[in-house]
This record gives sequence, C-alpha cells and structure tokens, in this order.
Amino acid sequence: MSKQINVALIGNPNTGKTSVFNALTGLNQKVGNYPGITVEKKEGVCKLSRGIKAHIIDLPGTYSLNASSLDENVVIELLLNKNDKDFPDIAVVVSDVENLKRNLLLFTQIKDLEIPAILVINMSDRMHYKGISLDLDYLEEHLQTKIALISTRKNEGIDNLKNLISNYKDISVTPCIDPSEIDAEYFNNLQKAFPNQLIYKLWLVITQDVNFGKTNRKEIDAIASFKTKSKADLKRLQQKETIKRYQFINNVLKKGQTIDASQAKDLRSKLDRVLTHKIWGYLIFFVILLLMFQAVYDWATYPTDFIDESFAALADWVKNTLPPGVFTNLLAEGIIAGIGGIMVFIPPIAFLFLFISLLEESGYMSRVVFLMDNVMKRFGLSGKSVVPLISGNACAIPAIMATRNIESWKERLITILVTPFTTCSARLPVYVIIIALVIPEGDFIGFSYKSLTLMSLYIIGFLTAIISAYILNKVLKIKSKSFFVIEMPAYKIPLVKNVAITVVEKTKTFVFEAGKIILAISIVLWVLASYGPGEQFDNAEHIVKTEYKLLTDDALEDKIAAHKLENSYIGIIGKTIEPLIKPLGYDWKIGIGLVTSFAAREVFVGTLATIYSVGSANNAEDEDTIKNRMANETYKDGSKVFTFASGISLLLFYAFAMQCMSTLAIVKRETNSWKWPMLQLTVMSLFAYIVALIAFQFLK
Amino acid sequence: MQDTLAHLKRGEKAIITDVSSIHIPLKLLEMGCLPGNAVKLLQLAPFKDPMYLNINGTHLAIRKETAIHIQIEKIEHE
Repeated sequence: MSKQINVALIGNPNTGKTSVFNALTGLNQKVGNYPGITVEKKEGVCKLSRGIKAHIIDLPGTYSLNASSLDENVVIELLLNKNDKDFPDIAVVVSDVENLKRNLLLFTQIKDLEIPAILVINMSDRMHYKGISLDLDYLEEHLQTKIALISTRKNEGIDNLKNLISNYKDISVTPCIDPSEIDAEYFNNLQKAFPNQLIYKLWLVITQDVNFGKTNRKEIDAIASFKTKSKADLKRLQQKETIKRYQFINNVLKKGQTIDASQAKDLRSKLDRVLTHKIWGYLIFFVILLLMFQAVYDWATYPTDFIDESFAALADWVKNTLPPGVFTNLLAEGIIAGIGGIMVFIPPIAFLFLFISLLEESGYMSRVVFLMDNVMKRFGLSGKSVVPLISGNACAIPAIMATRNIESWKERLITILVTPFTTCSARLPVYVIIIALVIPEGDFIGFSYKSLTLMSLYIIGFLTAIISAYILNKVLKIKSKSFFVIEMPAYKIPLVKNVAITVVEKTKTFVFEAGKIILAISIVLWVLASYGPGEQFDNAEHIVKTEYKLLTDDALEDKIAAHKLENSYIGIIGKTIEPLIKPLGYDWKIGIGLVTSFAAREVFVGTLATIYSVGSANNAEDEDTIKNRMANETYKDGSKVFTFASGISLLLFYAFAMQCMSTLAIVKRETNSWKWPMLQLTVMSLFAYIVALIAFQFLK
Repeated sequence: MQDTLAHLKRGEKAIITDVSSIHIPLKLLEMGCLPGNAVKLLQLAPFKDPMYLNINGTHLAIRKETAIHIQIEKIEHE
C-alpha cells in the first residue's frame, strides 16, 4: 500500500537547501508558481522505504518566520495554515555547519509552531576545514529533534535523511521557547482571548506585515482587536524574543559544538582580499562580464545558426514533399517558421543562465553586490539591483522577480522600472539579423564592426537604464527607509547538478512560456497574411495579369503573391501605420513586425520570416534563410529596404521600446498597480520613436 | 563618547553594546546583530560604504547609514 506524506524543506538562503532538494528528488521535480503570485514553487517526489512516498516542497529561503518579502511570506502562509493541502507532516530544516548558530534561529521558530522538524546539518565535508566538531547526541537531546548530518557535495547522509523522514512520527513536537516570558501580561491576555490557539502562532499573526496576502486565518481574524501595541513596541518585543532565542541556542551549542579556530583554514578571507579589493575586485568583475558576453554572442552563434538553417531547410522540405494546399502552407510558413523562431533562443539563453547560476552558486554574486552598492546608490539603486540588471540581459521577467530582495521600496521600484532597458535575449535575434544585414565587414583592432555594434547596443541599454534610474530617483517622491543587508556566503565550488538543473529549467520555462505566444502569433499572422477582404485580394491574379501582360510566368506569380500580401488583412494593417513609421525608415512590412513585436520582441524575426515566405512564393524552392530574404527586400523603385540608416534606426527602436506583454504583466504584479507598467509602455516607446526618428533622418 | 559601528576601522573588533531597534531592520537583528555579540570589520568598499562585517560568526554587508545606529565598544588589540 502506498502512502504519501508532505515534507517541507525550509532553511536560510545559502545553506544548500536546493542541493538537498535535488539530492532527494533528482529530476522528479516540477517548478511552477504559487497561485496568484509570481513566487516560484518547486515540488518533487521522493520514494522512501516501505512504499512511502514523500511529496517534497522546496520553500523559498528565509532567515526567519518574520517575513520581509513576498517569497518569505509563502513560508509563513503555509506553516500557519493547517488546512493547506501542502501543510507539512514534517518540516526538514536545512542548516549549514558553518552557520549553525544563525540557522538554528529559524529552527526554534518552526519548533515553536509545534510542527515536527528534522534538523539537517549540511556541508559536513567542510567541518574539518573549519575545525568544527559536533556532539550530535547532545544536540538531538537538547533541541528535541533528530539530526541528519549530510554532505550534498559528497552525497553522504542522504539515505539517513530519507530514513528519518519515513519515521517522521517519532519526532517530538515540544517547543523550544515560551514566548510569553518576554511580556507575561500581554501574552497571558492574548492566550485568554484565544484559548485554543498556539501562543506563538498568535504572536506571528499579530506581527506579520499587513501588506502580505492572507489566507485562511479566519479562526483568528478577530485578532485585529488585539493590535493594541505600537509598531515600535512590537519591534522591541521581537528584539527581546530574538535575544531569548539566541540565549537558548548559545546554551545548546556551548556543549554541543566545539570550534578549534587553530584548525580553521581561512580560504574566504584570502579570496575576499582580492575579489572585494578596491581595484582588483572591479577589474575581475569586468573580465567576468566580458567573458559572459563573449559566450552569449560568439560561442552561441554556432548552434544558433545551425538551428536557424535547419528550420529553413525543414520548411522547404515540408513544402516540397507534402501535397500543396492550405494545410501544407500553414505548416511550412506558419508553424515551422514560428517554432524555428523560438528554437534559435535556446543557445544564448542557456549560456546566460549558465553564467548567472555559476556566479550565484559560487557565492561570488554577493561580492558583486557589495562592490557595486556605493555606485548604484548614487543612481537611486541598490547594490542588489546589479543582479536584476545583469539578469535583465537574459530576460526582464526573472530579473524583475529578482528585485524582491531589495529592502527599500523606492530602490526596488526604480530597479523594476529601468530593468527593461537592459538588453534581453529577445532583442538578440533582432540585433543579430539587422547587424548582419546593415553593418559593413571590417574590423577595428581585431574586433569586427559587427560585434562592436552589438557590444555598443548592450552598453547603450545599460547606460539608459542607469540614467533613467538617476532621473527617476530625482522625480519620484517616495519616502522609504533604505535598508541594505546582504549575507556574504562562503565560497563554494558550484555543484554541476545544481547548475545543470537551473540551466535546463530556466531555458525550458522560457522556451515554453515565450514559445506559446510566439507560436500563436505566427499562426494568427499566417492567417492574416493569407486572407484578405474585398476584390483586390480575391481577384489578385486577374488584376495583376491585366496590368503586367508581358511578364514571364515566374515573375508574374511573384507579383501576384506580392499583390495578395499587400491587400491581405495584415497588409492593410501595415499600410495603415506606414505614414507613422515612414519617417523612421521602415516600410509597411517592418510595420507589421513592429505591431506584432508589442506582444513580444522575439516575434519580429519570425514575423518577417512568415511575411517574406508568404510574399515571395517562388523563392521557397531555394534554400533561403530569413537573412537572405531580408537582404533582397526592395522598395518599388528598386532601392533596398534594409540600409545602414534604416537598420540603425531599427536597432535603436528595439533598444528602447517597451515591447513585451509578459514584462508589463510582471511589473503589474510586482508593483500591484497598472500605473507603473503603463508609464513604462508610454515613456519607453515614445523615447524609442524619437531616437529612431532622429537617427534615420540624420543618417539618411 | 560612544562609538558606533561606522567608526570601526578595517581589521578592528568590537562588542555591540546597543542597537536602536527602530532604525535597524528585524532581519539584521535576527542575523545576530544584538547587544553582547562580537563584530569585526573585514572589508570596506570604496568611500567606506558599504561595510563587510563578521557579526557573531555571520558574514554580511550593511550600509554606513545603518551602521551609525549600532553602538559598539572597541576591543583593544592584544
């Protein structure tokens, strides 16, 4: 008979909680979102002995049960709500052997909620480097729990942990601390008013920030009447409570843990002396960034080109092999072109997430935050804005979600508002193709003009983000206390498994999330381009034949196709906006690309691919890539559509315009208002239009 | 005059004597920034801000504007 138990993994950030999760579940995991919020929810299944299955949730990392962010709040919401389907039968609290004292704070809080809790002490492989020895029996007795000493790096102790989880019924639920001692009168009154509730639970509900969502606290909703103490008083009590917890922990550790400092090897301070150095620190960071860009542009080009050409070939093959008809056209011109447009993203995104996850796993990212805080503060940002601004080079969506650990609301809001200026990977295919078309060959001290242009676009994006932050900092009148606390974790060699899982998961999410939109738009586009209203479209063949009597069959067919496209629904849309975009140097086909790009930028290349393959039916027999089709595109007078001037104008438009529905939706969620995303949409797009206009008129 | 954490120089150690809890985020208290605990300044970023500290065994960085609300007593060098 199989039985399922709920296990919640809880722990401080940087304790290797995710490694424990990966070790327990392997690839048996799925990543989703908590309903209604954008906090990532990771769950997985682990088979234990005797047919018991454990459903494991990897909760967001938190330092305590006093939430200061949406992510942390998820932890409290779950632990306070016994009716939640995920409410844990057993909590597994992951701690790091080097930071046991601080990690135990959270452990005592969970114990006080009378939830059975196993203590995992991770990174046991580091004990002898640090001269740490533990008396596990003593600790188990005084913390009233079972302890699993493990090393996810060496894969030790995992079976013991699984064993402890299967015997979860043996774990004691005796609390560690009686919070009523910090203010006896207040807590006694509280308990009298709610005799059936746990006193610590009541206390948590009272002190939680009201900004957060509340679920199923009905039974203690009446507690509002009990908020008789001022905020300052409550905080003083919380400080008292924290001191009390540390007293308890210190007492236990005095006998349970011995640290022989003379045995400790201090790699951290040696590395920190260089990596956080006033000169070397910045230099090394700069080199790492260069390396990262090199990987995303140069190394990723080979697989990207291969994917692009393969899909072009596949579309041709389908067209030539399947019987001609509406379905074949839809498949070749709509669906395959669309999927190809998604697949080309995989290499650059995978490389980017590889770098970002290496930097985070190794502990280096915190040093970057430390180095950059002072500079960023001057622009109204926080050192922690560096992470979103770097991740923004992959995708603004996870980047904006990564602003959650910025303590000051103003700094966080500014970071959210300017992040979309950084060059997300969706811009990359647009840049790559336009640069290939309009930037001449040649090089400058060994760097090709093309790659220098690409580099400049990234720098422009970043500078625009920083300068807008500076302006916003002056303009926005928001009072908010700027707190800044960041843990500097120990350096670690990244675990291959963790990095691999991150890269695969993030790439998969991106491809599927963005892919859905791109594919849907490709199909809609194909339909709009293949059908049209009225005579001009229906009688295209007749009209063209009467106009051009002397043409060969091939050329005639080309003209007919072009005439059809011009009079299709999409052609009409493009033509309608043409007067607006003509001053920027774009024709109506690019106009269609712009319109669809407002759903998502990455659609641009796919759109042009769809439009041009519909437009020039005959060329489909050649092995033609999107790039060649675009290069051959001309106006009626024979002049090229993609020139240096129109190309630069297009590049700048894409650098600045806010063209991503998903980003707008995330900003709305994270700021809880439509005001900010609408501001982004109008200001950024207007700015893009003006810059592109000036660029084209100047270069023409 | 009482010293604050912001007066600490690189490599110096001190004991926290008082924290003004209104100005200090709870998170910092929970990371061990409490009266009686030891603190050592490990590294300063340019312009002496932020400060990279070891408080009670936890390595963390805070800004100077937070550090001025933490009272300390320096430990003399042996």
